[in-house]
Amino acid sequence: MLRAALPLLWLPLAGAGTTEEPTREPGSPGEPPPGLALFRWQWHEVEAPYLVALWILVASLAKIVFHLSRKVTSLVPESCLLILLGLVLGGIVLAVAKKAEYQLEPGTFFLFLLPPIVLDSGYFMPSRLFFDNLGAILTYAVVGTLWNTFTTGTALWGLQQAGLVAPRVQAGLLDFLLFGSLISAVDPVAVLAVFEEVHVNETLFIIVFGESLLNDAVTVVLYKVCNSFVEMGSANVQATDYLKGVASLFVVSLGGAAVGLVFAFLLALTTRFTKRVRIIEPLLVFLLAYAAYLTAEMASLSAILAVTVCGLGCKKYVEANISHKSRTAVKYTMKTLASCAETIIFMLLGISAVDSSKWAWDSGLVLGTLFFILFFRALGVVMQTWVLNQFRLVPLDKIDQVVMSYGGLRGAVAFALVILLDRTKVPAKDYFVATTIVVVFFTVIVQVGAPTKLDGERVWQALGEAWRLWERGSSSYWEMQRPDFLDLECSEGLTIKPLVKWLKVKRSEHYKPTLNQELHEHTFDHILAAVEDVVGHHGYHYWRDRWEQFDKKYLSQLLMRRSAYRIRDQIWDVYYRLNIRDAISFVDQVGQQPVGGHVLSSTRLTLPSMPSRNSVAETSVTNLLRESGSGACLDLQVIDTVRSGRDREDAVMHHLLCGGLYKPRRRYKASCSRHFISDDAQERQDKEVFQQNMKRRLESFKSTKHICFTKSKPRPRKASHKKACAFSGTPKDGVANTEATNGKPPRDLGFQDTGKHGVGVGQRMERGGKGQRPITRSLKDLLCMAFTAVILTVESEEEEESDSSETEKEDDEGIIFVARATSEVLQEGKVSEKELPWKSGQGDLAVYVSSETTKIVPVDMQTGWNQSISSLESLASPPCTQAPTMTRLPPCPVAAEEPQAPLNLPSDPRLSFAFPPSLAKAGRSRSESSADIPQRQELQPLMGHGDHTHLSPGTANSHWCIQLNRGSRL
Amino acid sequence: MGSRASTLLRDEELEEIKKETGCEFGQITRLYSRFTSLDKGENGTLREDQVNFRGFMRTLAHFRPIEDNEKSKDVNGPEPLNSRSNKLHFAFRLYDLDKDDKISRDELLQVLRMMVGVNISDEQLGSIADRTIQEADQDGDSAISFTEFVKVLEKVDVEQKMSIRFLH
Repeated sequence: MLRAALPLLWLPLAGAGTTEEPTREPGSPGEPPPGLALFRWQWHEVEAPYLVALWILVASLAKIVFHLSRKVTSLVPESCLLILLGLVLGGIVLAVAKKAEYQLEPGTFFLFLLPPIVLDSGYFMPSRLFFDNLGAILTYAVVGTLWNTFTTGTALWGLQQAGLVAPRVQAGLLDFLLFGSLISAVDPVAVLAVFEEVHVNETLFIIVFGESLLNDAVTVVLYKVCNSFVEMGSANVQATDYLKGVASLFVVSLGGAAVGLVFAFLLALTTRFTKRVRIIEPLLVFLLAYAAYLTAEMASLSAILAVTVCGLGCKKYVEANISHKSRTAVKYTMKTLASCAETIIFMLLGISAVDSSKWAWDSGLVLGTLFFILFFRALGVVMQTWVLNQFRLVPLDKIDQVVMSYGGLRGAVAFALVILLDRTKVPAKDYFVATTIVVVFFTVIVQVGAPTKLDGERVWQALGEAWRLWERGSSSYWEMQRPDFLDLECSEGLTIKPLVKWLKVKRSEHYKPTLNQELHEHTFDHILAAVEDVVGHHGYHYWRDRWEQFDKKYLSQLLMRRSAYRIRDQIWDVYYRLNIRDAISFVDQVGQQPVGGHVLSSTRLTLPSMPSRNSVAETSVTNLLRESGSGACLDLQVIDTVRSGRDREDAVMHHLLCGGLYKPRRRYKASCSRHFISDDAQERQDKEVFQQNMKRRLESFKSTKHICFTKSKPRPRKASHKKACAFSGTPKDGVANTEATNGKPPRDLGFQDTGKHGVGVGQRMERGGKGQRPITRSLKDLLCMAFTAVILTVESEEEEESDSSETEKEDDEGIIFVARATSEVLQEGKVSEKELPWKSGQGDLAVYVSSETTKIVPVDMQTGWNQSISSLESLASPPCTQAPTMTRLPPCPVAAEEPQAPLNLPSDPRLSFAFPPSLAKAGRSRSESSADIPQRQELQPLMGHGDHTHLSPGTANSHWCIQLNRGSRL
Repeated sequence: MGSRASTLLRDEELEEIKKETGCEFGQITRLYSRFTSLDKGENGTLREDQVNFRGFMRTLAHFRPIEDNEKSKDVNGPEPLNSRSNKLHFAFRLYDLDKDDKISRDELLQVLRMMVGVNISDEQLGSIADRTIQEADQDGDSAISFTEFVKVLEKVDVEQKMSIRFLH
C-alpha cells in the first residue's frame, strides 16, 4: 500500500537525499564488499515509509511553529499557512530537483488522505442535529450541487461562446460541464477547517458541513458521468446514456450508503464481543471503517458516503460497547489522523501549485469561474432556502444564507479530481487545473483567510450594521433571540470570521447542559410524537419515535452487549456525565482554593448525586467511573495502594458475578489486611481502651453502616418518611426511650442509640473540619473511590480514641489508619459477622454508594445537604443487632416533626461541654467541604464511640442529642 | 370528509376556533375530520376525557409554530396559545400530575419511569430525580415550581422544540 503513496511523497528533503545518494551509494552498498560490511547505507529500502514519516513530521512541525504565535494563527487560518508553506517547499524542491515532486496525487489523496478526515467527521457528527436537518442537507447537497454544476458549466461555455475565453482553451459544453461538476462541490476538508474555527451556530454548521459530506456522492457521479460522456465524445452520447447517468446517481449514493450501513452493522456487532480483548477495539473501528471506504471505492460507489454513514451509524453502539479507554483511544487517534491528513493535503496543495508544467493560465476562464461559482452558489442558496423555508419550522434567515453562500468552499477534492482528468480526452485540462488551483486558493485563502485586518474591520462593521438595520424589519425575532452570543474579541482578520461576526450570525453557544434541559427536551420529543400521533400526521417526530422504539427493542439488543444495553439511556447518560464533570470540577476547585476559600463552597455542597455504585456495576460505565476516580485521587497514596490493579480486577469480576453483594468491604478487607493487619492489630490490642471498647465500636460501626446506607438511598424521597420514622428505629435504651417520649426536641433524638451517636459525632466532626489542616486532601480522598469509606470510618474511630485532641494531624493519620481500620473491620467482622445488618450485602453496597454520592456533588446545594442531614438523623435510628436485616425502614407516621425540630434550635450552650476542646473549637467552622462531610460522617461513629467510652451512658446520650442538633443546623 | 366536516362545524364556531387558536380554516377542517375519526362514539367528544373539538383544537394549538407576524403584534391582547410560556405551561402540566403547580419528586419519578427504559433501577431514577430537582429548585421546597421550570429552560429553544410544522 505504501508503494502507492510513494511516488508522490517522494520527498523534498530527499532533494538533499537525491543529491547525496549517488555519492554515498557507491561507497557502501554499490560494490558488494568482499567481507562483512560494518556499515551499510540502505536508503532505498526505507525510502518510502521514511518519506511518509518525514512528511508527516514536517507537517506537524509546521503546525507547532504556526501555533507558537497566537497572533499568526488568529490572523491567518492554519490551512492558509499550510498552503503557503507548501508553496515554499514546492519552490525549494523545484529549485533543487529542477522538476516538481511530491505533488498531491489523486490516488494517495483518495485512498489515504481523505478517509481519515471523512471518518472523523462522520463519526463525530452530532447525529441528532444531522437528522433534524436532514431535509435541508439533502436538498443543498443534491439539488445545490446539480444546480451549481449545470449553471457553472453552461455559463462558462457561454463565456467561451462569447469569446471571452481565449480560443486556446479547447473545450465543448461537455468539457465545461465536467469542469463544473468537479468545481462545484463544497469540500468537507475546507469547510471543516474553516467552520470549526469560526464556531457558527450549530444548525448552520451542520447544514453546510452535512452538505459538503453528502454532495460528494453527487459530485462523484456527475464527474464520472461527464467524464465518460467526454470520453465517448458528445456525438456518441445517446438518450439512454443520460438516463443511465441519472440512474447511476442513485446507485452510487444509495449504494455507498448501503455499504456504510452494512459495515456499521458489522462493526457494532464485532465490538459487542470484544470484552476480553479490549485492546483491539480501537483498531476494529478503524479497520472496518476503512474497509467500508475501500469496498465502496472498489464498487465505484460513493466512498465518502459509505464512511460517513458507517461512522454515523455505528457510533451509538460502538460507544456503548467499547471500554472507556478504547473510546478515548478512538477519539484521539481519529482526530490525529484527520489532522495529519488535512495538514498534508494543504501542504501538498501548495507544492502542487508550484509545478507550472501542469497548468496553463487563462485569465478569462479563471476570472469567469471565480465569478460564476460565487454567483451561482449564492443564487442557488437563496433559491433553495426560499423553498426550504416553506417547510422549515425555523426558517434560515438572510444572514445564514450569506454565510452559507460564502462558506461554499472548494478544496482538495476538486483538485484531486481535476488532476485525474485525462489530458488526451480533455484537451483543456491544463487550463482547468490552473483554474481549479486558483479557485481552491481563492476560497481557502481569500474567502477564509485573507488578512483584512488593515481597515477591513471597520468596513465590515459598517456593512454589518447596515445589514442588520435592513434585516431588522423582517426578522426582528431573530434579533431578539440573538443577543450577545458573540464574544467580540476582534483578533481574527479572516474575511469569513469578520463576516460571521459583524453579521451577528448566531454562533454556537457553549453552556453546560443541565439535567433538566435534557430531561425536558426528552419530554418535548415525546409530547410532539404523541401529538403527531393524535393528529394523525405522521411526521418527523412520529417516525423518530418509531425508530427509537425499534432501536431499543431490536437493534440495540442485537448490537450492544447486554451489560451496556441494560443501562443504556440518554437521560441516565447525561446524569452520569454531569456527575463526572461535577466531580472533576470539584476537585479542581478544591485543589486551587485555599482552605478558607473552599469553606464557602463546601457548606453549600453536598448533594448526593453520584449514581449508586451497584447499579452501574456491570456496565462499561463502571470502568469510566473507576478510571475517573483513580484519576482524581492521584495524590492519595493510601487510596491508591488500596485500589491496586489487582483489586480492580477483582472488583470487576466481582461486579460481574454478583452485583448485589457488598463489595467494598470484602475487597478492602482483603487488600488492607494483607499489608497491615498483623502489627497494627497487635499494637491496637495492647491498648486497653481498644479492648474495652471493642463491642461499643462494633455497634457504632454498625450504626454507621446504617447511616451510610440510608444516606445512599435517594434522599428526598425517603426523607419524608424517614423523618417520620425517627422513632421507629428500635430504641434500645430505656433512657433514650423516655427521652423520646418527653418530646423535647433536643432530647428526642437521644434515644436513637448508636446510630445517632454516629450522626452526632459526624456532625461534630464536620464542625471540627476547620481545624483539620489538610482538608483538600481529605476531600480528594473522598472524591476518589468511595470504597474506603467504611474503612475510613473505622479507622478514624480508632484515631479518635487514641488522640482525639490532635485534630490537626487527623487527616494524614487517617490515611494511614485506613489500613488499620480495615484490619479491625476484619476482626470485628469475624467476631460478629452474622449479626451485622450489612452482612446481608445490601448494607455494604449502600455504603459504597453513599460515599460515592457524597463525593460527587453539585456545588450550590446547601438545601439538599440540609435535607439529607435531617433525613439522616431520622434515618439513623438503627436497626442494629436486633434487627440486622432491616435495612430500609418502613415509613412510620409517628413523630414526623421531631427530626425537624432540632433543625431550628438555636445553638446549644452545652455544646462545648460535649466535645473535647479541640473538636469544639473546630466545630465552629462551617467550613465543610462536601467531601469532608461524608468522611466525617463516617468518622462519627468512631468519635462518638470514643466519647462514649469515657462517659456514662446517660451523659453520652444527652451529648449525642446536642451534637445532632448542631449538625442539623448545618 | 372535508366537506362533511365543514358542514358539521357551524361557521361561527369555526370563526371562534380560528380566533382562539390562530389556525387556518383548512387546518381546522382537516383536524375536524381527524377528530371525528377519533371520535368513536360519534358524540362529539373523545372518550373518557369528554374532550370536545374546541378542547381538542385548543390543545393542539399549543404546538403551532410561532410565526413572524405574531411576534411583534398584539402585545396587549390575550396571549396566544402557542406562546412560549403557554408551551412551557403545557409541558409543565404534564409533570404536575396532582395539579398543585409544583413538580414534586414523586411526580418527576413517575414521568421518568415512563420515559426511561425499564433497565434503569428505581434507585438510579431516584437519584436522577433528586438531581433534577436540586438543579432547578431555587426556593428550597424540593419541588419545581413553574417559575423554576421556566428558568431552567430559558436557554432552550422551546419555540422550536415544542412546535410541529404542519400545524401552521
